Amino acid sequence: MTALIYPADAKVGLELTVNGERRVGEAETRMLLVHFIREVLGLTGTHVGCDTSNCGACTVVLNGRAVKSCTVFAVQANGGSLLTVEGLARKGRLHPIQEGFWEKHGLQCGYCTPGMMMAAYDLLQKNPNPTEEEIRRGISGNLCRCTGYVKIVEAIHYAAQKLRSDPSWRSGGD
Amino acid sequence: MTEVPVIHGMGSAVKRKEDVRFIQGRGTYVDDISLPGMVYLDFVRSPCAHAKLRSISTEKAKGAPGVVAVITGKDLQPLGLDWIPTLNGDKMMVLPTEKVVFQMQEVVGVVAESRYAAADAVKLVEVDYEPLPVVTDPKKALEEGSPIVREDKRTNHVFHWEAGDREATDRLFEQADAVVGQDMYYQRIHVSYMEPCGCVAYYDSVKGTLTIWMTTQAPHVVRTMSSLITKIPENKIRIISPDIGGGFGGKVYVYPGYIVAAVASIVTGRPVKWVNDRSDDHPSTAFARDFHMRAKLAAKRDRTLLAFRVKAVSDHGVFFGDANPSKFPLGLFSICTGSYDLKAAFVEVDGAYTNKPQGGIAYRCSFRVTEAVYAIERLVDIMAHRLGIDPAELRLKNFIPPEKFPYRSVMGWVYDSGNYAGALRKAMEMIGYEELRKEQEEKRKRGELMGIGISSFTEIVGAGPSHTFDILGIKMFDSAEIRIHPTGKVIARFGTRSQGQGHETTYAQIIAQELGIPIEDITVEEGDTDTAPYGLGTYASPSTPTAGAAAAVGSRKIREKAKKIAAHLLEAREEDVVWERGRFYVKGAPAKYKTIQEVAFAAYTNHPPGMEAGLEAVHYYDPPNMTFPFGSYICVVDIDRGTGEAKVRRFVAVDDCGNIINPLIVDGQIHGGLTMGFGTAFMEEISYDQDGNIYGANFMDYTIPTAVETPKWETDKTVTPSPHHLLGAKGVGESATVGSPAAFVNAVVDALWPLGVTHIDMPLYPWKIRRLLEEKGYALDK
Ligand code: FES
Ligand code: FES
Repeated sequence: MTALIYPADAKVGLELTVNGERRVGEAETRMLLVHFIREVLGLTGTHVGCDTSNCGACTVVLNGRAVKSCTVFAVQANGGSLLTVEGLARKGRLHPIQEGFWEKHGLQCGYCTPGMMMAAYDLLQKNPNPTEEEIRRGISGNLCRCTGYVKIVEAIHYAAQKLRSDPSWRSGGD
Repeated sequence: MTEVPVIHGMGSAVKRKEDVRFIQGRGTYVDDISLPGMVYLDFVRSPCAHAKLRSISTEKAKGAPGVVAVITGKDLQPLGLDWIPTLNGDKMMVLPTEKVVFQMQEVVGVVAESRYAAADAVKLVEVDYEPLPVVTDPKKALEEGSPIVREDKRTNHVFHWEAGDREATDRLFEQADAVVGQDMYYQRIHVSYMEPCGCVAYYDSVKGTLTIWMTTQAPHVVRTMSSLITKIPENKIRIISPDIGGGFGGKVYVYPGYIVAAVASIVTGRPVKWVNDRSDDHPSTAFARDFHMRAKLAAKRDRTLLAFRVKAVSDHGVFFGDANPSKFPLGLFSICTGSYDLKAAFVEVDGAYTNKPQGGIAYRCSFRVTEAVYAIERLVDIMAHRLGIDPAELRLKNFIPPEKFPYRSVMGWVYDSGNYAGALRKAMEMIGYEELRKEQEEKRKRGELMGIGISSFTEIVGAGPSHTFDILGIKMFDSAEIRIHPTGKVIARFGTRSQGQGHETTYAQIIAQELGIPIEDITVEEGDTDTAPYGLGTYASPSTPTAGAAAAVGSRKIREKAKKIAAHLLEAREEDVVWERGRFYVKGAPAKYKTIQEVAFAAYTNHPPGMEAGLEAVHYYDPPNMTFPFGSYICVVDIDRGTGEAKVRRFVAVDDCGNIINPLIVDGQIHGGLTMGFGTAFMEEISYDQDGNIYGANFMDYTIPTAVETPKWETDKTVTPSPHHLLGAKGVGESATVGSPAAFVNAVVDALWPLGVTHIDMPLYPWKIRRLLEEKGYALDK
């Protein structure tokens, strides 16, 4: 097997599904997925809060799993399916997670919120009926400096309940 | 009669208006702003904490792909921008020309077509450093023969400040039956907003205008300062503070990145973006606390607390940049007599320069109130333990009684209102204090370590009356401009800047309350100096006390004019017109009325002859006094004798912030503040080794609480309105950060007191507790 070695700043064409739509773009091989999402795709809802993979502000769902998009190269997402905060609502209807965060005051400055909601999305997919303990663990890779988490936990509880009772939100979307 | 519309005024727990964009990823933070032709600024940073610059070679960087400019201190010198004034009359280096003074200091700015190209070129700049002796300990810095951090000052001594009555305090200490003392270090911490600092600067050479979108809590002050420094006319500078991802005091300062970005835009003619990486932000932006205290408290045999004294050394890093009111080099530390009716107090503080970045952030606190509360609440607890009485009892005995308000403290503050025992009793009831003490006694017999800690704090916020408070001469008022459109919809603009506090909702609620217009019809804008009225911005919790009051007064001015118009429409005399939320009617005939919306329309279409058209008001509110929120917090911890971990079992917070505008938002503010206090108490610390290397430069080394460690907060309120505030509100954004650290430490020390432990400095790392347990022969090995 011959390894293909690209220089770090060589450009590569990418094609992927983003929030249900086919998108193409160009990225340097070293470009982080979060920069591709924000600067090439123009979806600035995904944030950057650190450079050590600690804060989770950049969390998106890639191929059905939550990832920290600052810790993934854009090229690794090639051909994949990506869900960002901008894709949560459907046909003008807020996703129950968004509703929960709004209803329960799960955000203040809003900077951590998109990442937090995407982590919650992943959690609720795996575990539709989490305990408080499980929610706290599920979002432990996401830092929030404003809320003290209590209301985020309540927001995710609210969403879990909503999602269980409303099957129209189940499956698909990404 | 038609239905009175739901307006969501004062007291409504309405969902926040701003959330609609945040939950859909449609906020606009600085890094989301992208302009055509924009280039990126990155910095070469110093590896040394103190070193002479022998040479800087930028040739290679300039030739690198995509690089458009390289900026050094020498380039700023002819512009007079190599040093700029701080918020406290000192000055701050923007880029060095002679020497660097702290590790990770910005040394050279590199501007390139992309952020990746800029980062590449940073590595090509060659700087030759000649290391100089370093001083990071403020006490050492004040000693004879210590390395001098600032040649221009010739000393590391920043100031000596005293408050209170030294003789009276001495006398009371001599007469006292019991005296306790404790040395305490309130460690250096970083506010750690989630969004790092940054800006986009654009100088339009044709119009001669400089526009900067920046992460600032105080856009107007920045505009005025920029104009004074650069001589660009103030009408040609526009500072826009868009959505801010948390500030907590850290975004009041003007950092080199903003200045260099602006200069780079002038040089290149292109918009320039600079956004800190987290690992650059923590070590180079300002810090909070870093305060060494020696505190003493005196009491009589009958358990009356008499006098308090603190001698402190405060570490300000390389520049004295504290955003303090000019008259208070150590902020409002003199609030340190707290909730107690003391007879005298005296504090003296010496400030020191060290080879660390500037300090003195009013981290979610009105300028050093946190340190003051920590000092008194720790000492009262130690006194109770020494006297062998319950800490709650000692507090209850010595609180300023409700009938003594307004209360003049021995330090000269006039507390507006308070019912301290009410808050403490409520907290004790909620947590089941008596039973917990019994449980503790049982556990002690079994060798288990459980502790209960109380903090009954008094805060001081809402700077301030302009006769006392100014920042660089600019008085600390705040402002509102309210305009009612013909269809009865409202735009209101403020001189403050929300960083998550929910101003768009709370201000709308205040206006709704005063004018009877539903909050959905009220748009609140802040942060753009071209449109907002002048204001000092949002720090030290002024927003509800000052800007909120400005909104109320502005609304009332509008109502007065509206009443005249209503009288004209109703063909009645003004005296006969009655206001009832949202409508005017003629006395005795409530069925015949004009709504505020109808009146608004008439203000533009059918206003009384001789009256100016339109319906709007501007108000600059200058509060008559500060407000004094208070509360009592109780914390229960269990200590693991194996690991030394202190686990918070319960935490009850009873806050009193006067009348409440939005209970949902108030709870959120308290939860957030408690979590910060929890971080301070248990895990956060920035430290330096003797060479000035930073520990805690990013989220790997500086741990802030995650959802897993954070306790489940239990909150409640008492309501003691501020008598001098128009809405009776006091402001709440800071109480919990200020009040909680002492409760955590008091709880842990309470658990360990029987072993002979009287104090542990924060953070209360498990290893510190484990070491103490080992020393006392109490550690378990599992
Ligand atoms: S930006 Fe912090 S984890 Fe990705
Ligand atoms: S809401 Fe500000 S960081 Fe979470």
